[in-house]
Amino acid sequence: MSNAHSIPFRAILRHLLLIVGASIMLAPFIWMISTASKPQTEVFSSELHLIPHQFALWDNLREAFAKANLLRFLLNGVIVTVSIFVLQVMVALPAAYALAKLRFLGRETLFALVLFGILIPPQATAIPVFLLLHEVGLLDSYAALVLPFTISVFGIFLMRQFFKTVPDDLVDAARMDGISEFGIVWRVMLPAAIPAVTAFGIFSVVAHWNDYFWPLIVLNSEQLRTPPLAVAHFRNNEAGTSYGPLMAAAMVIIAPLVIAFLFAQRRFIEGITLTGIK
Amino acid sequence: MSDGSMTIDAAVVPARTARRTQPAHGSRRTYAAYALVTPAAALMLVMLLGPLAGVIALSFTDYQLGAPHFSWIGLANYQDLFADKVFWTALRNTLTYVVIVVPGAVVAGLAIALLIQSGTSLRSLYRTIYFLPVMATLIAMAVVWEFMLHPQFGLVNGLLRNAGLPAFAWLQDRSTALYALCAIGIWQAVGFNMVLFLAGLVSIPKQLYEAAEIDGASSGWARFRLVTWPMLGPVTTFVVVISGIRSFQVFDTVHVLTKGGPSKSTEVLIHTMYTEGFEFFRSGYAAAITVVFLVFVLALTLIKSRLADRGVHYT
Repeated sequence: MSNAHSIPFRAILRHLLLIVGASIMLAPFIWMISTASKPQTEVFSSELHLIPHQFALWDNLREAFAKANLLRFLLNGVIVTVSIFVLQVMVALPAAYALAKLRFLGRETLFALVLFGILIPPQATAIPVFLLLHEVGLLDSYAALVLPFTISVFGIFLMRQFFKTVPDDLVDAARMDGISEFGIVWRVMLPAAIPAVTAFGIFSVVAHWNDYFWPLIVLNSEQLRTPPLAVAHFRNNEAGTSYGPLMAAAMVIIAPLVIAFLFAQRRFIEGITLTGIK
Repeated sequence: MSDGSMTIDAAVVPARTARRTQPAHGSRRTYAAYALVTPAAALMLVMLLGPLAGVIALSFTDYQLGAPHFSWIGLANYQDLFADKVFWTALRNTLTYVVIVVPGAVVAGLAIALLIQSGTSLRSLYRTIYFLPVMATLIAMAVVWEFMLHPQFGLVNGLLRNAGLPAFAWLQDRSTALYALCAIGIWQAVGFNMVLFLAGLVSIPKQLYEAAEIDGASSGWARFRLVTWPMLGPVTTFVVVISGIRSFQVFDTVHVLTKGGPSKSTEVLIHTMYTEGFEFFRSGYAAAITVVFLVFVLALTLIKSRLADRGVHYT
């Protein structure tokens, strides 16, 4: 075969393989939307068809919203993920600045502990933290969902690395202007660190919006449920009977992050890669 | 990744002595430094390091939530654990899951990254599609997978039937359930690995390919074997270890789809720990399971830093 032919052939093969893979990756999403758009009779038919004969998406969505307080659960998700992120930044940023730019006794030890902390998987501390929250009577509350994650050693590490690249002259100039060390953190370092903070924010929000383990452990009350718990409960209550509304509920739960991702996918992927590498 | 830069930063200690010559500024700034790190240090102690010590200490007690007393029982929890068939089943299943998901997600991630990078068209579209499962809440997608694997009305069996192949009760059959969970695990992890490999591919200098071509490496396979694969070494190590650590933590799909069944065929370590610790409130026993889990994860991390140190020499 001549060279002129082999190049388009390779391009076609490349697309063919990628399209086959992509359809496997997309299959659950497509099947979810398809099932969420079908009436009960079509869901329980052994004949496969993607496009519903009778379009029932609105009915299924209405039923999902009627059976589970989905708006409330989405709001819980927003409250929890935003609180976690804001508190993480408030705690981590000053520490990261001190570790990067200030000298004090114990700095090396503290940084070593930060590095050690990165190695600890979240499940490892679950039992003692649960007992602690039980002891102080905070189980089954927003506080139980948020407090354990207010410290992100990874956030400290990431922002410290970033602050290292900020020139000392900038910090010294701010000091000459009479800005206090606290002021420097928020008025000089935070604006300089916006890319790092954004990347960390994406990582943090994705991790906590999707987290199932911790909310499952500390929550009892229905009104505090986070989105993943809501789907799990919906499934347990409706198991095997109403797949249409269940798929509609799943759609609603993944929608906020997936839509945000589709709009800003480059930023999301960069943020996740930057922060996911530990 | 940044292990290298850390050691360099740690070497900047002498600067401290220079600062000591300006006591007025230095001391005020030192107070500020302590004020700035105190919240983080305190929270680290209460939420991370204390609990870590706590879980190890608890593993030597018979503590049960709600019980009035507890006592130190030495290694008894570990003896019970190692005598418990469920623990060994959970450990074996976890290792099986890791051994299937890690190579699956790493090889597929690399293959997809190479395919995307080998042409110029539609790169960003493919990248977005393959990354989508990483973003979508795993619990919601697990519920979708459950319906796709439904014995009668699921897509998978429907396609198999159309192709004239036998159908399975995937999640209800003890011979297939764990593998079905592995497939979901790979599906979810591939996109993340792909992105890491893409980042690695982009950073390979073009001159290396040109040099290889001059030296007679004309076929794509030769270029891959001589340039791409060695240059991706550190990224590959990293991806393998991260995938390993993540697979060790498998819980969500097990808890929602199978609860460890049928007949313990999908019981995994974190699920056993969850059941013992948070359903039966046998905190001491669950802590012992956690310690075993920690040992495995830390061993993986150690292997990673060892290999990463070696990798530094040829990058």
